[in-house]
Parts: sequence; structure tokens; C-alpha cells
Amino acid sequence: MQTEPAPGDDRRDFLKKSCAVCVGGAVGVVPTLAGIAVYLDPLRRKADTGLLARVTSLESLPADGTPVMFPIIAIRTDAWNKSIAPVGAVYVRKVNGDQVQAFNVTCPHAGCAVEFQPEKKGYFCPCHNSLFTPEGKRTDGSPSARDLDSLNSEVRANGEVWVQFQNFETGKAHKVAVS
Amino acid sequence: MISSRMKPLLDWIDSRTGYRKLTQEALYENIPGGARWRYVWGSTLTFAFSIQVITGIFLWMAYSASAQTAWESVFYIQFEMAGGWFLRGLHHYTAQVMTILLALHLLQVLIDGAYKAPREFNFWSGLLLLQLTLALSLTGYLLPWDQKGYWATKVATNIVSIVPFIGPDLQKLVVGGPDYGHHTLTRFLALHAGVLPGLIIALIGGHIYFFRRHGLHAKQPLKKPDAKFWPDQVLADAIACLGVLFTVVVLTLITRGAELAAPADAASQFSAARPEWYFLFLFELLKYFPGESEIIGAIVLPGAAVGFMFLMPYLGQWKLGHRFNLAFVFGGLAGAGLLTWMAMKQDNNDPNFQRALRDSHHQAARVIELAQAPSGIPIAGAAALLREDPYIQGPKLFAKHCASCHRYGGHDGEGNPVKDPQSAADLKGFASREWLAGLLDPAKVDSLHYFGGTKFKDGKMVKWVKKNADEPAEQEQLKKVIAALSAEAQLKSQRDADARDIAIIKQGVELARGDVACTDCHAFGKPDPDAIAPTLTGYGSRAWLVRFIGNPEHADFYGKRNDRMPLFGEKQILDAKTIGILADWLRGEWYEAPKTAGK
Repeated sequence: MQTEPAPGDDRRDFLKKSCAVCVGGAVGVVPTLAGIAVYLDPLRRKADTGLLARVTSLESLPADGTPVMFPIIAIRTDAWNKSIAPVGAVYVRKVNGDQVQAFNVTCPHAGCAVEFQPEKKGYFCPCHNSLFTPEGKRTDGSPSARDLDSLNSEVRANGEVWVQFQNFETGKAHKVAVS
Repeated sequence: MISSRMKPLLDWIDSRTGYRKLTQEALYENIPGGARWRYVWGSTLTFAFSIQVITGIFLWMAYSASAQTAWESVFYIQFEMAGGWFLRGLHHYTAQVMTILLALHLLQVLIDGAYKAPREFNFWSGLLLLQLTLALSLTGYLLPWDQKGYWATKVATNIVSIVPFIGPDLQKLVVGGPDYGHHTLTRFLALHAGVLPGLIIALIGGHIYFFRRHGLHAKQPLKKPDAKFWPDQVLADAIACLGVLFTVVVLTLITRGAELAAPADAASQFSAARPEWYFLFLFELLKYFPGESEIIGAIVLPGAAVGFMFLMPYLGQWKLGHRFNLAFVFGGLAGAGLLTWMAMKQDNNDPNFQRALRDSHHQAARVIELAQAPSGIPIAGAAALLREDPYIQGPKLFAKHCASCHRYGGHDGEGNPVKDPQSAADLKGFASREWLAGLLDPAKVDSLHYFGGTKFKDGKMVKWVKKNADEPAEQEQLKKVIAALSAEAQLKSQRDADARDIAIIKQGVELARGDVACTDCHAFGKPDPDAIAPTLTGYGSRAWLVRFIGNPEHADFYGKRNDRMPLFGEKQILDAKTIGILADWLRGEWYEAPKTAGK
């Protein structure tokens, strides 16, 4: 029963084919776009910045400037949950007797956590075996693009030490806050 | 131009992949009698399944399978993520539409006789696909971990336990333990998003292969010349798919996505639990097989019906057998329809079910409001929000523990009338200025609203009010005393009035201790060992109420003169937290979402 198409059918066939392709494509696009919109939702979310945390008292810091690590426990928004949870950690050291210096423990090279090792006299990063001085400066052979990220800190009248906690993007020569 | 330049590249790709032959085979399938609308159902099903795979994968990226995070992550998809409600709505309604498409496809195949030899494998793979799709629905219904899915799915998994010999063990395997929990969700998710779709994709491959092997079974008589699949039938299929998509989108937009009931709570009754509408007939069928005969309705009959369908191709070889097959399927559908209708009719006419449904919607709306509050959802999950919410729990607690004597605005707290006669005060607005004004009104003090039902009906307080509160001069003073007393409660609803009337309140305190002489019987402001009536210090405040409910026989309250009120805390009828919830509710202390336009 099959017949060869007549020459005049070409145009109608083309129309049909175009319609079939368009409609067929359109029906697939709707669910895909709906999914992509939801997938892109994280782009609307902002990081908590400018978080002020009381970490210790000036008194309890070693006088010789040895850094001490403190966890930062704060109200954390994690998608649907809001809770008090660890958000990071800092090293704090006493300088000039009545001032403090604070660093984010995150290595600015690749984001591992550094650890102060007294025998090495510096912050040691275990990922690429690099060392930062107690002042947070890079030492020779460090793969990091910048020194340890210092954080704003203050000593209040009653001796409380407060740190403004922030994370910074790794791998860059300049500090850029994660937002 | 472009095509001539592309040709060498396309030739190369074809020589390595053979794509031209594949497209040729896919698109130039012969359709005896040309394209027809009755052939579109298979394609629409494949399309619906594709929607489910696409939307499902994106939902999966935001879903968290555990008892404390499943509802919460679905809440987040539905109410916080951009377009999440639309994505979830597409997935939900496509599942519903797919069930209808399955039925239509099956009917078309049966009516056209396309299930007969030599297409047995085609038919059998289709039957398996039907069951796998229903399994997808069943597993997906539980994943939001809301009351609706939780209680309805429990019915299904409890049926597993009545399988002879291995039932209880089988149920443990399905549920992932002796009871519903984390592993129920991890298992159901693995089935829903991994195992079942994988099997379906493999079976669709087989189904299409068997279909192509024997060609399309054309419905006789052929009305037009033969044609190829492409473009006529493809166009018809695409338009049908557009219709499916349109239906799903419209349903999603009208309802603003799929429902999310309150989070699952094993201790909270959910009388509105029903399975998806297409399982309702099975649910209803269980009713006719009481006791241990349940297995007949739950497993034997459905199993036998499906088992029989696998035999249909043999029976269909005879004309009479074919007719029997048709009668069986139409009879089955009619029976299922009748059962569904009966189940729905019964629910519609059942005030208990309707109340449970209203309660369910009420709780869902409330928990969503709480989850959206600035305080967010605690790690323990959203069920805890509802469990500790005075607005939801207060009325229930009042109805259960207080309403046999007290009333709340004339009802039991939940809005229902009470059978027992009222024999204690109506506590709606307790300690507010209006409530106290009534108490100090000679016409009302011995009414049922206040002391009328109690043994204090002719007590000192009633006598004092009847004797003194009528005089105009006294009334002026009482107004100030009322403001002072009510300020002790620190009610949220009177915060502005209390702040405004500081001077009046101060005068009221002095009057209560002086001219009006409340302190003849009550303590007020300082301890008074001689006081014989409840202390007015902090009257109606949270601490006062919690202590009062805990022990009305305490010397600070009624002492030994207490009239029937149970010692809820002292006798451990209620724990401290529950008493706190009750006190908060009586005082109108609960989270209220800020009113925003258009919400």
C-alpha cells in the first residue's frame, strides 16, 4: 500500500518535520529548565560575613606570643537548619603585651587547616608541607600565593578578646572574602 | 553549503558509530495504514518517564534521606528554593498522569488485540513496566516523610508482614529495621531513584525491541496508505506529549505544587492517612477481608489478577478468550472504580475524616510558618517545632486535661462542644483586663463563667464582689486595681496598654494593698503567711500559671481549700515542659508570622 510521495508533498512534509522537531524539543525543555532553575538556587545564597565572636581573654594567652587555637562556634544557617555549630577556627597570639593578632586556620594556598608546631616555630600546613612564621608570613619554598589570612581582632576594656571571623577565597594573591 | 563541508565529518562519525543506520531504523519504521492517534500512548509514557528522570535527578540533588532531614529538605525545595515548588509539582503530577497513561496504553493494546502471539514478550514486559511504575509511586509517596506519606505507606509495608512464613523478616528488610526510620528512607530512596528506574530503562529497551521485532500491530481496517514513523507519527506523538505536559503544568500552577503535610510523627495520630487515589481501591478492598483473611484482599486477589493477565496472550488466541480478556479488564477497572468511589464517598460523608483532614491542613500550614520563622528548623527536625508549639498543642492539652471542668470561650479549646456540664471558670483571656473586669462584676462573678460551678460559688470572693463592686466610687478604684493585677501577667496582648498606663497601674497596686483591701485575703507583692487566697504576686504570669497548674494546693494558691483541680505537676500528670506549653497557650504566647501583603 506504500506510495511514493508526490513532488508537491515536499513542502507539507517540511512543515510537519519542523513542527515535530519544535514541539518535541519544547516538551523536553520545560522540565529541564525547571530543574536547572532549582540547581542554580545556591547562587542566591550569601555567606555569613562579619561574624564577631568572643574567643578568649587576654590574660589566658601565653605572654611569649605562642599562638593558641580557638574554635568559632556560632549560629549557623545550613539550608533549612539553623543551629549553634562550629563554623571554623582561629589562631590568636599576644603581641606587645596588650594586643593580639588573629589568623584564620585555613591555609590560603589550598584550604587545608594549618597547625602551630612549636618545634618547627611556625604554622605547619600538612597538605604541601609548607610553613608560616608565627606572624603568619610565608617561608621559603611556600606554594601559597599570600601569607596567612589575618582577622580583625580587638581587646576590650575587660580583657575579652574578640575576633571578626571570615573565610577568604584560596589561591589568590590578595584576600577576597567569601560572600 | 554547511552540509557539504560537514559531510566528511559526518561520514567519519557514521563510519565509527553507524548512527545513520540507527536513526534510519528509529525514524523509518513502517506504520501500516499511516499515523494514528491511537498509537501515541507508548510515546507519551516514555515522555512522562523522561520528565520523571529529569525532574527526579534535580530533586535528588536537594533531597536528604533521613528521619530528621527528609521533610525539612522537601520543605526547603518547596518553599525556599527558586522554582522548587514548580519542579516538585511537575514530578508529582506527572506521576499521577503516568498512571492514567498506563491504563490507556493497556486498554489500547488489549482492544486492538496487540497483546496476542507473537507479541507475548512485548505484553509481558509491558505488564512488568506497569508494576514497576506503581512501585515507583509507592516508594516516592513516602520520601517527603510527611504525615500523609508516612501513615499511608505504613499500611502498605504492614501488608508485607502477613506474607506466610517470611512476612515479618521480609517487612524488616523492606522497612530497614523493626520500625520506620533512617534506613526506611535510605532504602526507599535507593529503590525510587536507582533500582526501579534502572529496571524500567532496561525494560523499556526490551519493550521497544520486542515491539520493533514484530512491527506495529495495526488496527484494522486500514484507512490510509502505509507511512513511516517520521514525520507523521512523530508529530502526532509530540502533540500528545505536549498535551501531557500542558496537563501537568496546569495542575501544578493551579495547586501551586504538590502538598506537603506536617512532618511524620509516630506519636501523633493521623486519621486522614490515605494512599494515592489510584491505590485507594486496594485500600478499600482490605475492608472486606477482616481479621486474618486480610491476606486474601491484600495479596491473593491482586496477585491472582496480575498473574492472570500474564496468561492473557494464550487465552486471546481464541475469539471467546479475547472477549473474556476484555471483559476481565473492563470488569476489573469498573470494580476498582466502584471501590474508589465508595472509599471517597465514605470519606466525604465522615465528619471524623473531614475533621482529621482540616486538622492536617491546619498543622501543615502552621509547621511551615514555624519553619520559615527567623529561628529556623532545629537539628532535631521540624516535628519538634510542632510538638512544642503552644498554638497547636495548647488546644489539644486543654481539651484533654482541662475541658472536663473548664471552658475556653465556651468550647473545649479545639472548638468542640463539651458533654460534661461546665464546673469551673472559662479561661479564655485569663488574667486580661476584660477577664478580670468580669470576675469583679457582681452580675458575673457567680456565673458559670467564673466561680458559678465551683465550691467557691458562695465564697468570700463572690460575697465581697456582690457587696462592694456595685458602688460607683468603688468601681473607679477597681478599674485601677484591674489594670494593676492584669499588668502582673505581662500578657503579650496587653503590652501596649500596660506600658501606657504605668501611672494607673501604680495607683492600682496601692489601692489593692490599701482601700480596696485585696491583701486582706491575698498576698500581693510580698509573702503573706496569713493569706488564704491565691497570691496576686505575678498573677497570670507564666511562672505563676506554671506553678498553679503544677500544684493548686500549694499554700500560695488555694491550699487545702482547693476545689477538685488536679495537681498536674505534683502528681506527675503532666511534665514541666507540657505545663509550660499549656501556660503559654493560655497566655497567648506563641510565634506569629509577620503579616505580609499577598501571603
